[in-house]
Amino acid sequence: MRQIDPDFLALPLRQLADAALQRARDLGASHADFRLERVRAESLALYDARLEGAADADDLGYAVRVIKNGTWGFAAGLVLTPEAAAEVAAQAVKVAEVSAPINREPIELAPEPVHGEVTWVSAYEIDPFTVPQKEKVALLADWSAGLLKGADHVSARLLQVKEQKFYADTAGTVTTQQRVRIHPELNAMKAASAGFDDMSTIAPPVGRGYEYLTDGTYDWQGELARLPELLAEKLAAPSVEAGDYDLVIDPSNLWLTIHESIGHATELDRALGYEAAYAGTSFATFEQLGTLVYGSPVMNVTGDRTVEHGLSTIGYDDEGVATREFDIVKDGILVGYQLDRRMALMQGLGSSNGCAFADSPGHMPIQRMANVSLKPAPGGPSTEALIGDVERGLYIVGDKSWSIDMQRYNFQFTGQRAFRIENGALAGQVRDFAYQATTTDFWGSMEAVGGPETYVLGGAFNCGKGQPGQVAPVSHGCPSALFRGVRILNTVQEGGK
Amino acid sequence: MVERALELSRADDCVVIVDEGSTANLRFAGNTLTTNGVARSAQLTVISIVGAGVGVVSRASVRPEQLPEVVAAADAAARDAQPAEDARPLVEGVGSSVNWTEPVLPTSIGVFGDFAPALGETFTAAEAGGRKLYGFAEHTLTSTFVGSSRGLRLRHDQPTGRLELNAKSADLKRSAWTGVATRDFSDVDVAALDSSLAQRLEWAKNRIDLPAGRYETLLPPSAVADLMIYMMWSSGARDALDGRSVFSKPGGGTRVGERLSELPVTLSSDPSAAGIECAPFVTAHASSRRSSVFDNGLPLAATDWVKDGTLAALLQTRHSAELSGLPVTPSIDNLIMRGGEGGRSLEEMIAATERGLLLTCLWYIREVDPQTLLLTGLTRDGVYLVEHGEVIGEVNNFRFNESPVDLLGRLSEVGASRQTLPREWNDYFTRTIMPPVRVPDFNMSTVSQAN
Repeated sequence: MRQIDPDFLALPLRQLADAALQRARDLGASHADFRLERVRAESLALYDARLEGAADADDLGYAVRVIKNGTWGFAAGLVLTPEAAAEVAAQAVKVAEVSAPINREPIELAPEPVHGEVTWVSAYEIDPFTVPQKEKVALLADWSAGLLKGADHVSARLLQVKEQKFYADTAGTVTTQQRVRIHPELNAMKAASAGFDDMSTIAPPVGRGYEYLTDGTYDWQGELARLPELLAEKLAAPSVEAGDYDLVIDPSNLWLTIHESIGHATELDRALGYEAAYAGTSFATFEQLGTLVYGSPVMNVTGDRTVEHGLSTIGYDDEGVATREFDIVKDGILVGYQLDRRMALMQGLGSSNGCAFADSPGHMPIQRMANVSLKPAPGGPSTEALIGDVERGLYIVGDKSWSIDMQRYNFQFTGQRAFRIENGALAGQVRDFAYQATTTDFWGSMEAVGGPETYVLGGAFNCGKGQPGQVAPVSHGCPSALFRGVRILNTVQEGGK
Repeated sequence: MVERALELSRADDCVVIVDEGSTANLRFAGNTLTTNGVARSAQLTVISIVGAGVGVVSRASVRPEQLPEVVAAADAAARDAQPAEDARPLVEGVGSSVNWTEPVLPTSIGVFGDFAPALGETFTAAEAGGRKLYGFAEHTLTSTFVGSSRGLRLRHDQPTGRLELNAKSADLKRSAWTGVATRDFSDVDVAALDSSLAQRLEWAKNRIDLPAGRYETLLPPSAVADLMIYMMWSSGARDALDGRSVFSKPGGGTRVGERLSELPVTLSSDPSAAGIECAPFVTAHASSRRSSVFDNGLPLAATDWVKDGTLAALLQTRHSAELSGLPVTPSIDNLIMRGGEGGRSLEEMIAATERGLLLTCLWYIREVDPQTLLLTGLTRDGVYLVEHGEVIGEVNNFRFNESPVDLLGRLSEVGASRQTLPREWNDYFTRTIMPPVRVPDFNMSTVSQAN
């Protein structure tokens, strides 16, 4: 079993927490929590098989969050002494006191069992920070060189993060956790008489270690071998004819549509208006819980921070809540939201489902996304069978451009590639395509979802939310799925050409 | 810290960057505070150079006893590295900042000493007026120190403040937004901002549904800023030279020198521009396609990106400038657009509009096609129909598909420029002076039901 790194455990975790929590209590806080966090992030970027940039960053600090007079107070610090931690706690109380006159809603938290002292480590084999940078660069350069045989330029990047968190609160929960995630991506670009285009790998980012690049978990060689040919075919492909099409959407594309149109729309803080000035609200408002027809009856969506290798997966969230799986959409009906402790209590939902997260020791936890996933149909069809049910349509693979409105209604997505479907079979690529729809119309048009063998856990490292801005990693699993009559745009015509 | 790190390095050359940051913020929704906080940050970046190899290591909260390990890690990475393509001699002979050794003075929650009570009073006024206020106030102060083994000792203290204020009707059906950039919040009149939003919510009481299509459209400075920032971010010379951007010349080279607009539009940056002052030298924590660690400390000067409608410069490192044969024009942290003499105010442009749309701001802007820099995104928090010189009501929101480069060529009017806060990109970019513009045929691709 993997262990938390000794150098993290050697930090004065308990001493700092004890000093901070005691000072907060002494100053009258009704609740206080302490979070010490270390986030190690390494990024490598290669261009045409040569190292272009490398950054190896390590962020270490701690935060104290208090409730005083029914108002939040938050402060973050850097100096690892009990005296400094106590001073940061005093600052947090001061922030609450300064802010209290303009707070009109007393802060209370949903109850959560006290978990005592617990530890949790994610599932990975090789800590990427133990692999020499030279070795990683050599692998990426080798892969890039292969792609360059069929492309004008090749970009490669590798992002690796190790996140260590220590949390303690005045109720008595103390958690120590460590997780690792990794995202390799290569992009090939080529010019032709019609202009230029590019194509990226569709390998998803994962909550795994460096073994993801080497142990055969993902077929890198197969994908890299196919990419130049697919790119050449795309460059020579006809421009799509705008109109309504049946779509079979591959998990490598559909995960992002799920993220934008379901994941964000079912965050309770958005539904309640807390993101209204920034990322926006949600059409899936709270009074529709249990009645809103989100999509067709084959639509079943869960939130889950426990799934193995998920990017949002963790044992306990940043409020000391044990994570779990929960229903969001069942048989097409909205049945649940993603919650933190405050909002769970405000709306009478009992307890939080563990979706509080802060991306750094300098930020206050906010409600962030669980791994929100569309369930496959047990014994459901293969991707080929879904394609076989389409007379005139497109099969869309890989994510690319994405945009959705601030209530999560109107969206527009492109992809890495789209293949025409004619009479149940693939008939070559088209280019210049985007699909545009309204969320409930789109999910209502979902006629069938694929079986478990089509299911892939996709995701992203960098979902943005909140002010000050925070980024969060999150996975979305889904099968291939069939949608009827979705609007396809020709992006060249959209540009007035 | 910088001096000690430079002493410890055993590399051929070394650049050390220290970023000392502090921030204070207030966030509110529904006329009440939601979250708030203060935080400090301290980041050390050591860039070691051995031959043409570069090693970069960045660490937060480094204690003095940890410094040798961080520098050694950067030195080791440089020894292991392949030769960097952008390797150039480090910058020398630019002098030292006079405040190099002065202490860093952090911001604190006290920066809102006058603003917070005014905000509380505005909540009360909004409540009485049937409005709900949402928004965010943030003040950050970042002190950046850049030192090098070639004698560089440069420092820049950058205050950055912003307020976003969003008013909604009690039923949340009508919404209006405004935002301001500030250096210290002393110049923010939150009551006046709330008043302007109240007027827009009144306009919105008359609701008009319009279909998708191409409309004459007035874009206010905030919306123009969001489009021009994206264009600037997409103007790397290296990408243009490699034939992979909208600024690539068919057959090779860049489009520098090509006319983009028939109007005398100028898009520029200037570190000393009044009210939007920014760092006067290059700070590069890592090399990328648009920046080079070897350029750290390079002086920045007023730069025209588009001059009198003609593409004048692209983002250049010294390396890309050598490849392109064009001047070295690195990225600068502010952006100014002007349309020549005598531009009208937005109000005057409204009064001169027979029939058209007036936008408030744009949102969720993403690239659809890099060849044309076709962007998609949405209107937000107020689209108004103007007829016979007056706003007659609020229109539904739209998704747009447009290219800012193409728009420059289709502008029919550029108004008077003023300082503004971009809506979407203000997490990253706050220092802009922009005009309102008139576009005769803005592509509203589909209707958005969101409000």
